[in-house]
Amino acid sequence: MKIITLNETVTASNERDADALRARMAQEGKLLVNVMSSPGSGKTTLLSRIIRDLPDVKIGVMEADIESDVDAQRIEALGARSIQVHTSGMCHMDAGMTTAAFDAMEASEARLFFLENVGNLICPAEYDTGAGKNLMLLSVPEGDDKPLKYPLMFQKSDALVITKTDALPWFDFDLEKCRERVLKLNPNIQIFPVSAKTGEGMDALEGWLRACLV
Amino acid sequence: MHEMGIVLHLAKTLDETAEENKLTAIGRVVLQVGEVSGIMTDLFVDAWNYFKVRHPVLVNSELVLETIPAVTWCDNCKQTYETVKYGKECPYCHSGETWLLRGNECIIKEIEAE
Repeated sequence: MKIITLNETVTASNERDADALRARMAQEGKLLVNVMSSPGSGKTTLLSRIIRDLPDVKIGVMEADIESDVDAQRIEALGARSIQVHTSGMCHMDAGMTTAAFDAMEASEARLFFLENVGNLICPAEYDTGAGKNLMLLSVPEGDDKPLKYPLMFQKSDALVITKTDALPWFDFDLEKCRERVLKLNPNIQIFPVSAKTGEGMDALEGWLRACLV
Repeated sequence: MHEMGIVLHLAKTLDETAEENKLTAIGRVVLQVGEVSGIMTDLFVDAWNYFKVRHPVLVNSELVLETIPAVTWCDNCKQTYETVKYGKECPYCHSGETWLLRGNECIIKEIEAE
């Protein structure tokens, strides 16, 4: 027996897979956005709105869930290409699973890909999926204290979309306090308060996505 | 569920290491686990023993876990303190401008192999 010193993070193989996928997408001029949030924050509704608002951008969606294909069906109904990924009980997507999903969709003409990660504010933040951008949602009914309770996801995200702002009058959600808490964790994060239902704030978010694509 | 994901990645990383170094069997695997990494060590070792049998190189492996104490740095008074004991607020100046220095990692330190 010999001893080999590694000093490597446990997920080193995942990080290698993630870097390979990122390089491959960049070379093909495609962008993958990893969409993370808790269950019920409005990921599928937000993506549906973006697909309708950006008819000139070919969009592909990878739906990751533990079970069912209800989200994939909603996306397909809008005419966008979608694929359902089952994580077989796992609480997050990793780079290997994302690469397999991308392989299955590569032939499509889509340039902008969304990975709708498993609804969970904890585990998905710890795994690099190989996405070019990480985007997270926090919905008004969840409360403005979530940055305090789940800091890692706010630190790992390039953009925070505060969804369901049309519900602000009925909740004690303090937008300014939330903004302050998030910026303390991550001074570089972009924050977009939106309502996918009324369309309020969608322009700014969609402008950011377009800018990321070029 | 989370532990299962880490175990799968650990097995893959070690399989790749074995291939690169032409190893036929891996014995002791020393992991350094941060105090606030969120990993439940009992569950982690159980999950490892369940999964290792699927990998020929890892069948006889044994996980040895070393704990890395969590330390937080206070930006306001420029001191460090024990994270687990005091949390996010600095015990000296009560500032919230604090950052975790170490304690959330999970590192493969070394392996015994042939």
